Amino acid sequence: MATNATATVVRTGAGARFVIYTLLGLFCIYYLLPLYVMVVNSLKPLSEIQSGGMMALPKEWTVAPWASAWSTAQIGVAATGLKPYFLNSILMVVPAVAISTVLGALNGYVLTKWRFRGDTIVFGLLLFGCFIPFQMVLIPMARMLGLMGLAGTVPGLVFVHLVYGIGFSTLYFRNYYQQFPTELVRAAQIDGAGFFTIFLRIMLPSSGPIAVVCIIWQFTNIWNDFLFGASFSDFDSQPMTVALNNLVQSSTGVKEYNVHFAGAIMAALPTLLVYIVAGRYFVRGLMAGSVKG
Amino acid sequence: MTMTVQDRSRGGDWLRDALPKIVLSPSLVIVLVFVYGFIAFTFYLSFTDSRILPSFELVGWQNYSRLFQVRAWGIAIDNLLIFGSLYIVICCALGLALAILLDQKIRAEGFIRTIYLYPMALSFIVTGTAWKWFLDPGIGLQAVVRSWGWESFTFEWIKDSDMAIYTIVIAAVWQTSGFVMAMFLAGLRGIDNEVLKAAQIDGASNWALYRRIVIPQLRPAFMSAFVVLAHMAIKSYDLVIALTGGGPGTATELPATFMYSYTFTRNQMGIGAASATIMLMSIAAIMIPYIWSELREPK
Repeated sequence: MATNATATVVRTGAGARFVIYTLLGLFCIYYLLPLYVMVVNSLKPLSEIQSGGMMALPKEWTVAPWASAWSTAQIGVAATGLKPYFLNSILMVVPAVAISTVLGALNGYVLTKWRFRGDTIVFGLLLFGCFIPFQMVLIPMARMLGLMGLAGTVPGLVFVHLVYGIGFSTLYFRNYYQQFPTELVRAAQIDGAGFFTIFLRIMLPSSGPIAVVCIIWQFTNIWNDFLFGASFSDFDSQPMTVALNNLVQSSTGVKEYNVHFAGAIMAALPTLLVYIVAGRYFVRGLMAGSVKG
Repeated sequence: MTMTVQDRSRGGDWLRDALPKIVLSPSLVIVLVFVYGFIAFTFYLSFTDSRILPSFELVGWQNYSRLFQVRAWGIAIDNLLIFGSLYIVICCALGLALAILLDQKIRAEGFIRTIYLYPMALSFIVTGTAWKWFLDPGIGLQAVVRSWGWESFTFEWIKDSDMAIYTIVIAAVWQTSGFVMAMFLAGLRGIDNEVLKAAQIDGASNWALYRRIVIPQLRPAFMSAFVVLAHMAIKSYDLVIALTGGGPGTATELPATFMYSYTFTRNQMGIGAASATIMLMSIAAIMIPYIWSELREPK
């Protein structure tokens, strides 16, 4: 996205600028409000929330809800807190992101520098796979995971995310490599460099930015996934989103809102941190998935 | 169109010619099996009497005719139309308004953009949890306003069958509108300033400038936003589960939640497969022309 381009030349007076800044400020409040509610209420005792004090700062600050959400809260049948599920999500995300990114890079390289008859159709097929409603594959995938002996396991989830992540990673690398001068590849080839040498020595060293975009996109998507997690995991292999939903929905008796908010922040923290550290790349990934790259 | 490396001049051996295709083939096979093979499988199941387990007994269009007699599916379709149209219209209006406001040489633009866009990085389950309790009459907005002294203030949409679907719109708009803003902002930055300057010299007001010149030029951004939002609306699942669980009753049922509950908890796999097929058809109707136009145009 062209963030550095000049803004539109429209001229605005002082009064108009005051209104504009006020509106922009109000919308900042609107977007930050739920985050404020989550943070503030995760740090106060339950009684303060129940007495209508959701918007107020804690009178008595406490980290007990965080401790409870992390290690003792009731998730489904076990009082384990969210910790084991956080680990599940990490074990699921890391290999799925790594493998789908590598495959995407290779696919993008082939589809732009080693073109063949029908390559656009292949790419179109990969691309459409990104956008299908996954309800369409849930039934056969459940059976397939059973046949492969991966039903209800973290490796099973890795496999599913890998399969449905290839389309987007290929999209990123293909659009990026398309801008890369093919003359360089051709010159290297005349010098006797082979398929993999060209990839490793010429393409990869300049792939840093798109690799970051792809990794962030895949990480965010897979970490935040709920449908596959809910469909293909057992109690002990649930990812964070599914466990959080269980924590919030299934609590019988007193609803511990403060613990729910602490858990929600825990589930949000990894992707939020990535966004804060590398937001530019996250936005690029979003745009490349929708606007011409 | 980029040039392609050709290997003919060196008379490379068979392996060297085939290597790129060999590298690509695992991905292609995976996609052919797990996307298109699975689509075919589910499509086939939608014409069978599958219940708990897949069955291969064909029953013709029976699942489809039964699907449209089920009340919950009718509710899901109505909800999708309400939710989808409000979601798309509000996101586009809000996104465009924010983009235009942010495009006025604003100080701290980057910082404000970061705030508007962060919800996109969150899981819908997190968003759903936050809004679920914020909109809960017992502890959320209603309780807070009452504790401030407005005793009769009432806001119980999330518990009201007729209004609950609008709470899904509220949360979904909160999550996505910043993204739409970013799409429009990118579009605005692509507009040629010379044309605007010329119009200004001719005495055009700011309002006319936007209405006559700027907004018409944002057509591609509108197209992208529409496609992305419509596709997200049809696939909406997590947010409903986290926010309302499809309730009260079946008041916020959407096609995605319907498919899941009919297939996996009500053991009506044939009907579930039929509903998934209809979801796929509606997404294909939106996405295929879009992908087609993206791939066809010369880069």
